Amino acid sequence: MDYIQLGIQFAIILVVFAITMFIALYSTFAERKVAGYMQDRPGPNRAGYGGIFQPLADGLKMFTKEDFIPETKNKFLFIIGPGLFIITALMTSAVIPWGGTMNFFGRAVPIQATDIDVALLFIFGMVSFGVYGIMIGGWASDNKFSLLGAVRASSQMISYEVAMGLSIIAVIMLTGTLSLRSMAEQQHGFIDWSGKVPYFSWIVFKQPLAFLIFLICAFAETNRTPFDLPECEAELVGGYHTEYSSMKLGFYLFAEYINMFISSTVISVIFFGGYNYPGMDWVHNALTGALGNIGSNLAVLVGIGVLFAKIVFFIFFYMWVRWTVPRFRYDQLMNLGWKILIPLSILNIVLTGGAILLTK
Amino acid sequence: MATEFQKISLSGRKVEVSNKVMTFTEQLYLPAILKGMGITLRHFFKKKVTVQYPEQKREFSPVFRGRHILMRDEVGAERCTACGLCALACPAEAITMTASERKKGEEKLYREEKYAAVYEINMLRCIFCGLCEDACPKEAIFLTEEMVSSDYQRTGFIYGKDKLVMPLEDKAH
Repeated sequence: MDYIQLGIQFAIILVVFAITMFIALYSTFAERKVAGYMQDRPGPNRAGYGGIFQPLADGLKMFTKEDFIPETKNKFLFIIGPGLFIITALMTSAVIPWGGTMNFFGRAVPIQATDIDVALLFIFGMVSFGVYGIMIGGWASDNKFSLLGAVRASSQMISYEVAMGLSIIAVIMLTGTLSLRSMAEQQHGFIDWSGKVPYFSWIVFKQPLAFLIFLICAFAETNRTPFDLPECEAELVGGYHTEYSSMKLGFYLFAEYINMFISSTVISVIFFGGYNYPGMDWVHNALTGALGNIGSNLAVLVGIGVLFAKIVFFIFFYMWVRWTVPRFRYDQLMNLGWKILIPLSILNIVLTGGAILLTK
Repeated sequence: MATEFQKISLSGRKVEVSNKVMTFTEQLYLPAILKGMGITLRHFFKKKVTVQYPEQKREFSPVFRGRHILMRDEVGAERCTACGLCALACPAEAITMTASERKKGEEKLYREEKYAAVYEINMLRCIFCGLCEDACPKEAIFLTEEMVSSDYQRTGFIYGKDKLVMPLEDKAH
């Protein structure tokens, strides 16, 4: 048992957990500010300087509200519903490569909690498991509208998972691996000079259709507009979280933002190269030449910073689309998922297979 | 059979206003979404239209009906003679007063022999309609541009003469 390795991984998990919580917390604030700015108004700017303590005020509000449980026979299910949702949202952050490899006292430390060979499959499994949180919450609420919202949510998530998986198959055909770390390493730098024709190394340039399909499915998986039918206020009161109050409701809302963060991270890692950026070799050599070991660790830190810049851009993208596109109706949503995205992703697989055969 | 019925216009004034058939680029939805996202992004960088109250305030018009004030005339004597017409005109019954007689040395303080010793307006009842201003025969009560400040308790809202009468400005000699 390599206790030091275990200790390092545990420390990385703690740091990742803290950062996830922090980013999800300030995503709630950013959502309101971005929403305001796009609607020609400033958003919340009274709590603290420019409104920076607003998430703290929201958290305190959630804590101090009365936490009631409706009269159902399924009290246990009612209580663990939001817990399930947030557990599956957080567990996906364990297999994501956050940075390259740092060197501490002669020991190579990859900036990743665990690197399993089937990381992508693990993520899809966790995302599918998240449907349980919504279904259980909607069912245990003993409320017809909640049940309707939960059924819509689960059918939507299941439909778009198929298209998501199919679009990723094309990417896996190209990279040949399911491990996210190998995928990130294959997208080193920005331009790949080693082939016959120099081409971009990021997968988004090699598989734009898969990227588009995956992006649309990611919107549907996180219940985000234009696919937020399960929780829109106008049609279903609160959907599956109507009967929840105080911290359980806080868990549902918070888990949605954590899901958004994790989706942005997965999109950045798979399609946009993760911690790679144009000119990273130059930066690495310059810093190592100037500062030695600390320099190479600093270069890895710069990579982590670039990954977070991409994540922030995608979170902004989520909010940007939310305030632009109107909501889908349920039958339009199902139509899009089954009749348009699945044939498109299958077409993408066929084309990718053909291209791989031709270039062999 | 059903389509034939739809094409008949009984009055002859039917106009088909929208072309229901979408072009290919319209059917994709993506170009329209991208155009919409461009519009939203443009709004992101525009100037905000919010007025940050209370740091910034908007101007009121000259006829704005705000807080009441009991006027004095040019020499500084109170105009109000406690005739009670404002209390009669008030639809919310917010004004109450007690009249009293002017004493020997108080000619500079009050214009006529009768004056209001106690004059109270209950600001919680007042609806700021301005009927008291219209009813006063002495042009004594007006509604100014100031707002009535808010509070957490009800007790401070019955304004007496100390809050209502126009303050005497000290004229420089």
